[in-house]
Amino acid sequence: MPTTRGFFRRRPAEPAGRLPPGQYDVGGSWPVLTAEATPHLDLDAWTLTVDGLVERPTTWTWDEIRQLPKATYSGDIHCVTTWSKFDVVFGGVSVDDLLAAAGPQPEGRFVMAHSSTGYTTNLPLADLTGGKAWVVWEFGGRPLTREHGGPVRLLVPHLYFWKSAKWVSRLELMAEDQPGFWERNGYHDRGDPWREQRYQGDQ
Amino acid sequence: MSTDGSIDAVKATATAWTTGRIITKDLPTPDLVRLRMHVEDRARHRPGQHYLIRLRAPDDYTAQRSYSLASDDSDPLVEFLVERLPNGEVSEFLADVADVGDVLEVRGPIGRWFTWDTRTPALCLVGGTGVVPAVAMSRAARRVGRMDLLRVVAVGRTPEELPYADELGHAGATITYTRQAVADRPAGPPTASEVAPLLAGVELAYVCGSSRFAQFAETLLIDCGMSPQSIRVEQFGATG
Repeated sequence: MPTTRGFFRRRPAEPAGRLPPGQYDVGGSWPVLTAEATPHLDLDAWTLTVDGLVERPTTWTWDEIRQLPKATYSGDIHCVTTWSKFDVVFGGVSVDDLLAAAGPQPEGRFVMAHSSTGYTTNLPLADLTGGKAWVVWEFGGRPLTREHGGPVRLLVPHLYFWKSAKWVSRLELMAEDQPGFWERNGYHDRGDPWREQRYQGDQ
Repeated sequence: MSTDGSIDAVKATATAWTTGRIITKDLPTPDLVRLRMHVEDRARHRPGQHYLIRLRAPDDYTAQRSYSLASDDSDPLVEFLVERLPNGEVSEFLADVADVGDVLEVRGPIGRWFTWDTRTPALCLVGGTGVVPAVAMSRAARRVGRMDLLRVVAVGRTPEELPYADELGHAGATITYTRQAVADRPAGPPTASEVAPLLAGVELAYVCGSSRFAQFAETLLIDCGMSPQSIRVEQFGATG
């Protein structure tokens, strides 16, 4: 594509390998992008379930999930709307620990993450294992606010952030990949920011 | 542009980058720019969908942002209304540098959630430049002769600052200003007594505006009896 008349880079070049293609550093702000009404969720009634193709369908209450080993993610996040945010710190538990408790069956190779709002997003199981995904309730050491998915959201920071379902309530293991909410609505099935897999039609 | 006016003829398709030429440009206010563009190999769109606009520097640095369409599918051009944000590298370029005849990289239409099917009774509660998708929905309603199905409540600070206020007003929208009394209406956001009567028979609500506006609008709609599951939200913030 030809250059745009009169347009020049304003931002200094980022350190190599830090900013995926087409992204910019949003700095200190954290934009809120949500497709549905933001819910008010009561932690006393909150649960998270891992079920579907697993040996032991398991549900955690708020008290129970905090008994699991605490895990932290420190790093960057990338939104499909082109902002990236560097050096965020989330606290919660590793999805590996949740899956270990539930015991995925061999044919359960895909996951649908469900939120209490009805939002869904699909992921290959391989994107949720090996220390790449968390269920989190702290941001910067403080409780995660509801507009950012609190009390508890999924965190899959190596994929575009719509995969990190806000208000997550269920991880359902499936044999076949099925499109979730944004994936049915024109967005890419995998969403790797380094390959710029934003929309259907991207390779 | 379209030959078949029915919404079902507008199919969801994968999109690719193409180019668009700016045919007209005007600034309705110093901080709002309206661009009308001719898009090569344009696909049909549903009201509420958006496009990406991508700018490319000589060193191949690119910046892209999403902008909702104000135009109807039947319009030979696509129309964007963009707010100039402080330090917004794309919005400032579009407002201050881009000119008629310039060719920009564009991609769309994108998004199938925040769209109206022109058949479902719906209400738009929109604020500031969040009126843009409601303008597209209103134009589609007019084209298919079903303006009875779409109710619009548009919220601005003052009449000078609210884009498309005249067009929406002529289409029957309820216009409210938070900072200025107009006619008999005192300054202030829309109230439950203004919105609740408009919800009779409404099955879907579309909320578009800043994050702060969206929080206000969701609360108001739920207070008026709307189910949270029937509210679709499009928010924008510091993504300039």
